[in-house]
Amino acid sequence: MEKTFRFKLNGKTVRLSSSPERMLLWVLRSDFELTGTKYSCGEGFCGACTVLVNNETVLSCQYPVQNVNGKEVMTIEGLAKNGNLHPLQTAFMQHNALQCGFCTPGMILGAYSLLLKNPQPSYREIVEALEGNLCRCSSYNRIIEAIQTTARTMKGLRS
Amino acid sequence: MKDDEYKLFEPGIDMDPGTIDRREFFKLMGGGIFILFSVGDPFALPRERRRRGYPQDFNAYLRIGEDGRVTCFSGKIEMGQGIHTSLAQMLAEELDVPLNTVDMVMGDTALCPWDAGTFGSRSTKYFGPPLRQAAAEARAVLIQLAAEHLRTPREKLKVKDGMISVKSNQKKKVSYAQLAKGKIIERHLEKKPPIKHYSKHAISGKPTNRLDSRQKVTGEAKFAGDIRLPGMLHARILRPPSHGAKLKSVDTSAAQKIKDIQIIQDEDKIAVLHKHRDVADKALGLIKAQFEPPEYKVDNKTIFKHLKDSASGGQSVAEAGNLDEGKSLASQTFEKAYFNHYVAHAPSENHTAVVKIEGDKATVWASTQAPFRAQGEIAGVLGFSPQNVRVITPFVGCGFGGKNSGRQIVEAARLAKLSGKPVQVAWSRKEEFFYDTFRPAAVIEIRSGLNSSNQIVFWEYHNYFAGSRSSQPFYNIPHHQVLSYGRRGGRGSGGVSVHPFGVGAWRGPGSNTNVFAIESHIDVMAEGAGMDPLEFRMKNLTDKRMQRVLTAAAEKFGRSFSKAPSGKGYGIACTDYLGTYLATMAEVKVDEKKGEIRVERVVCAQDTGEVINPEGTRMQIEGCIIMGLGYVLTEEIRFKGGRILDENFDTYETPRFSWLPKIETVLVDNPEMAPQGCGEPAITSVGGVIANAVYDAIGVRMLMLPMTPARIKEALKIKEK
Repeated sequence: MEKTFRFKLNGKTVRLSSSPERMLLWVLRSDFELTGTKYSCGEGFCGACTVLVNNETVLSCQYPVQNVNGKEVMTIEGLAKNGNLHPLQTAFMQHNALQCGFCTPGMILGAYSLLLKNPQPSYREIVEALEGNLCRCSSYNRIIEAIQTTARTMKGLRS
Repeated sequence: MKDDEYKLFEPGIDMDPGTIDRREFFKLMGGGIFILFSVGDPFALPRERRRRGYPQDFNAYLRIGEDGRVTCFSGKIEMGQGIHTSLAQMLAEELDVPLNTVDMVMGDTALCPWDAGTFGSRSTKYFGPPLRQAAAEARAVLIQLAAEHLRTPREKLKVKDGMISVKSNQKKKVSYAQLAKGKIIERHLEKKPPIKHYSKHAISGKPTNRLDSRQKVTGEAKFAGDIRLPGMLHARILRPPSHGAKLKSVDTSAAQKIKDIQIIQDEDKIAVLHKHRDVADKALGLIKAQFEPPEYKVDNKTIFKHLKDSASGGQSVAEAGNLDEGKSLASQTFEKAYFNHYVAHAPSENHTAVVKIEGDKATVWASTQAPFRAQGEIAGVLGFSPQNVRVITPFVGCGFGGKNSGRQIVEAARLAKLSGKPVQVAWSRKEEFFYDTFRPAAVIEIRSGLNSSNQIVFWEYHNYFAGSRSSQPFYNIPHHQVLSYGRRGGRGSGGVSVHPFGVGAWRGPGSNTNVFAIESHIDVMAEGAGMDPLEFRMKNLTDKRMQRVLTAAAEKFGRSFSKAPSGKGYGIACTDYLGTYLATMAEVKVDEKKGEIRVERVVCAQDTGEVINPEGTRMQIEGCIIMGLGYVLTEEIRFKGGRILDENFDTYETPRFSWLPKIETVLVDNPEMAPQGCGEPAITSVGGVIANAVYDAIGVRMLMLPMTPARIKEALKIKEK
């Protein structure tokens, strides 16, 4: 049975009629055409579908849409403000912390959530936070450097 | 369609070029100056040239637009390897335009000329030089036009950033954009203006950030699965549980009850289609089907015996001297067999395609390494003329050779035709593992010998199904014979039945297995010689380039090697990958209780000829090393006959953040040599360097990849006995 859900999506309030058990990933990619959130393993093993719900990372391929009712969802499309890139995005570019770019949205949102909670993470803390995000091109070293650069240049993420 | 109808990709197969005609092309592109140039890649031309419409011997184009922007059209595709940036650098350099005015259009069959596909680290090596030549000619053409426009002899003009001015009067100037306005000028490259000497380069050869990264960090970058079309349906297809299984009965009644679901039976394939992917998934799950799987004959325990039993008629890859004579000179002989299991490509982006059919025309968006092959295939499937099939390649999320074949594109095309709607087929991860063309399992047997001065005097090499790349010895061995059983790893005609499923090129095809075996065996001999592995290699090498990369790696590594096993855990491996030379050194720690290998540090020195983008080259080396750790430590496809037991990343473990060693790269300067490939070479050394480091650490010789904890513990147990 379809139900109506209301939540904030990248800062804007949205309404959606959907069956409650549909996964957030498909709602984002189909109903909202926000295709920056990627489908890769479909079972919660790779992190490509990572989005933020109330600033916490969730694997959207495993996250029923009913769970976002009344919450705030952020996808990669919501990170840059008025065309201005977030410092994490800039750092990923400067460090060439990507190759094919398919895992990149999930990596950046994972890093964003980490820096919100822990503005100065250690190397080990970065590894632990992103251990579930796979990058087959293997830009891991550069992703860590990009996050370290962001942490150094920003005094906390909230602005 | 039937599973066994799909023909897997093999390089060199002729395809219908289906190139659009010249007028159509100019109509699509508008005005500007076009330069046509031919490419020296032997794979780049269809063997059977068709002189219909556009000439077949020109396969890349360059356009200077009326807005002053420069566009490069290339049938190559960008899958992460960075040619989107390095080709733009080569073009901007020769044309004298700022890098940020260059646009790349890649892998679009309507705009780009025919190309066999993007594989084998061939883009910079084979596409780059003619691109440079074309840009140099474009520049010459523009100077000629400017000379007429400014009424000044060419010699008195200079070019900077797309602006041509009179040397003595900077105010007298005209831009490329102004010159290009309203003109269509075709110039063929017949007499070649000189290209710039590398010492004059300001863009090429300089570390350059990726030009595609802004799109990729914002989520704007479009992959095939991101294409959204009005009325588009997502299709899921019922799959057999194993290769060769036959459908016995099927009940779709429960699936049919889903609102707006469309069910299509296409010969023995059943597909469910819905506007939402997840609803199609659900419908697929409701189909009850019974398959009869064939009896299985082989699994990953018996595969190596099966391969050897299937082999016949070894082909000579390299030969010198006389093996018997070499054997008579040997004072010590060594004999070992090396093994590796099937390995998956496991790209981040699963195989995906969208097909839209309008009348007798089809538009295809596909994750593919071979868009022109797909064009020919789809034309065949739909009964359309190839000119009426346009394949557009958006960004591709990894390839590694796994996207040379396009089964998913054919599926989408057939379903689009049958449903009358645009259709997207995006494989699930399970389908991705099921239909992957794995790196073939293989066996290598080596017999070799040293004389009393520790020179290698003979080398007998039997390669079962690895594929022959990088199996020619680069060490000085007077008497050697290299035999390969199973053409291209048992792929293609005659080899199909050897493997219970598809196999194909996997980043550094053949070489990963060969270099693991060769470089392990070199260390076996070094120990026999009582020498450290670096000294032994230097002694048996006369190739100056190889000596140079070894020396460069050793300097960076900064640790001294001793006769193994020294307990230090240091390893070396060298590779000659199609002309790119490299030496890799690693330091490992082994937890003997758990059997776990921890790679602490890797140094790689690479000579890839002239380097176009040092930053891009380093990225490729780093990516190769980390990805390589997967096939060396964990990656192995488990199977029972045609049934693939690994279906996702829970059991098929690929490298992740916590595996990361410290990686240092050294680019050994060699600008006099034409640019060589760099997307694959470094991955081929990872097996050998880690096996050798493990031996140095704990004194067990790991002869099989991957070196899982179970295999390490097993090997330690045997050593203790």
